[in-house]
Amino acid sequence: MTQKSVVADRKSGKTHYSGAEFLLDALKKENVEVIFGYPGGSVLPIYDKLYSSELFHILTRHEQGAIHAAEGYARITGKPGVVIVTSGPGATNIVTGLADAMIDSLPLVVISGQVATSVIGSDAFQEADVLGITTPITKHNYQVRKPEDLPRIIKEAFYIASSGRPGPVLIDIPKDMAIIEGESTDKEPEMDLPGYQPTTKPNYLQIRKLVEAVSGAKRPVILAGAGVLHAKASHLLKEYVEQQGIPVVHTLLGLGGFPAEHPLFIGMGGMHGCYAANMALSKCDLLINIGARFDDRLTGNLAKFAQHATVAHIDIDPAEIGKNVQTKIPVVGSAKEALAELIAQNGKKPEIDVWTTQLTAWNEEFPLRYTHEEGVLKPQRVIQMLHEKTNGEAIVTTDVGQHQMWAAQYYPFNKPNSWVTSGGLGTMGFGLPSALGAQLANPKATVLSISGDGGFQMCLQELSVIAEMNLPIKIIIVNNGALGMVRQWQELFHDNRFSHSIFQSHPDFVKLADAYGIPGYKVTTEEEASNCLDVALKTDGPVLIDFRVKQNENVFPMVAQGKGLDEMEGV
Amino acid sequence: MKGILSLTVNNRPGVLNRITNLFTKRNYNIESMTVGPSEQNGISRMTFVVDVDDEAVIEQITKQLNKQIDVLKVFDITNQSIVARELALIKILVTTQTRAEIYSVIEPFRASVIDVSKDSLTVQITGESDKIEAFIELIKPYGIKELARTGTAAIPRGMQIAHAKSATIV
Repeated sequence: MTQKSVVADRKSGKTHYSGAEFLLDALKKENVEVIFGYPGGSVLPIYDKLYSSELFHILTRHEQGAIHAAEGYARITGKPGVVIVTSGPGATNIVTGLADAMIDSLPLVVISGQVATSVIGSDAFQEADVLGITTPITKHNYQVRKPEDLPRIIKEAFYIASSGRPGPVLIDIPKDMAIIEGESTDKEPEMDLPGYQPTTKPNYLQIRKLVEAVSGAKRPVILAGAGVLHAKASHLLKEYVEQQGIPVVHTLLGLGGFPAEHPLFIGMGGMHGCYAANMALSKCDLLINIGARFDDRLTGNLAKFAQHATVAHIDIDPAEIGKNVQTKIPVVGSAKEALAELIAQNGKKPEIDVWTTQLTAWNEEFPLRYTHEEGVLKPQRVIQMLHEKTNGEAIVTTDVGQHQMWAAQYYPFNKPNSWVTSGGLGTMGFGLPSALGAQLANPKATVLSISGDGGFQMCLQELSVIAEMNLPIKIIIVNNGALGMVRQWQELFHDNRFSHSIFQSHPDFVKLADAYGIPGYKVTTEEEASNCLDVALKTDGPVLIDFRVKQNENVFPMVAQGKGLDEMEGV
Repeated sequence: MKGILSLTVNNRPGVLNRITNLFTKRNYNIESMTVGPSEQNGISRMTFVVDVDDEAVIEQITKQLNKQIDVLKVFDITNQSIVARELALIKILVTTQTRAEIYSVIEPFRASVIDVSKDSLTVQITGESDKIEAFIELIKPYGIKELARTGTAAIPRGMQIAHAKSATIV
């Protein structure tokens, strides 16, 4: 039942609708542009109505692909990515994506089918306790017990998913609830959420405290996280930084929130951050965290983190403030509202020339670096080339591991919403499907899906969708024949005992691409790489390039686990 | 330290699961927990007693609970003047020789006998946790056949005295 026909029915006096009709009608009202899904027994009534609906549905080749695609879409647009999967295995296949979206604060609305209410709890065919399983990895979840509740539930789900700290919301729909009819009221459904009132506007006194702390600071630094991107506050961050002259360090997920080319950008901090950024975090006397959650990969040893600093933390989620790092100036609110208020206050600019000069000097003295070897294709060089050939304007999605860190290091981002990566959960298999979602979210953008040879093989079935839709995604495999980051850790911390991290065989990725109808190339030298990228970027549809890079290249610099940020190796 | 949290939640299926799950997920140990209807329709009151390292943990638990959509309000009443009660039902072995003696123990605790059989007495006792502990210790030598205890239910006192620690009036 499409919205049009529901409206027509209303005119003709039809007052009862099935759950599936309520659902699709409500999705339309939320202006859902695309649904990523996979049908199955319990969602057949929904898919049957979808057949005659105008809603745009993409059949991914695995439910995990569907949810990662929805995450990619959500990351780029800020709108909830919508997923429909069936009960039991369909729902358990999205668990990884839910956990990923939860920890990286991506808005999703996920519809899972469920067995009919009459057999729930009987271990029926394709039954799983999806509410129980997804409770710790969703912002909220529902099970539908009356079809006429669906309009309200959908409205609440979109609101919860996309407001406050964004996150995934799951709606479990028993099969009979999709079939039986409930009475419709023409009234707009009323949300019933007395326990949910996210604070977006920060407390004025706390802002004043921060303004005063800034004016007196000698070595202030802003740590900008993905909260800046979620709040669409990049322009305000730039304005504030320029007004006060405070240097900026990004978290992995925050990249693109502040222009990498800006003179006040110091770099990415954390385990594989640059020296100057980590020294900035270590030596600062005022740390202003905007929308980051002090992840352990960012802070290193907490006891040694920002030891001499007054910590201010702006976050829309009050529970993040003080969770890992003691905070002197807590500011609960959205990055957007907080930055707007800080700009409006126009506090006294701190005198920090010595500090900024020092940071710049550190960056010049200890830049990111790697050694060139004649005739060897270095993974860092591959990323640099990607940056050159796309003028740094592509949307980059990655899997997890060495290639991810090299992409973060050697593909500087100047614009928001151009970096899609799995930060908190560290999910291999994320890159290719999230590229699919990102491309649909921004059809005109050049999308680079950068994967390692390990992660690529975890969700490669989505090549099929990319080929089918002729999406112009450039699929980059940084192929070192190993689980690179695992190999690196084994080299550094496990005495070179490469336990199950080196692949004994691989499929021929070029032939594999060919099997899906995608042009594929294998590249072993810099010259080939350059030529091949030129061809790929001119090609209208998808292209896969298998870059054969040096196997034992490591990601540096590095803060080993348990070490402080000022104890970097490989600087 | 012991923390006491009192919260009101929507009375909906799955809410208890969501909340206890939160404790599991974040490795907070619940010492006791009670749930029951509150003064408002459709809203339940829960009381959690938690044993934690310091106040920062209680603050974090409070914040995490507050994030739950179905949690309406969370009150950290650890440092408030509160009334807190627990209930225990204890089935005690009795013989003709011990019966009178047991009654004499029950009396000062204001516990009441709610079931009697040939060789046992079932006693109901309410009060703060400490009082119930003390009673159980006293009664143990006679032989406890069965014991059931609830968690603590607590609400702030009507009148708060500044800086009052949790009151201990029985």
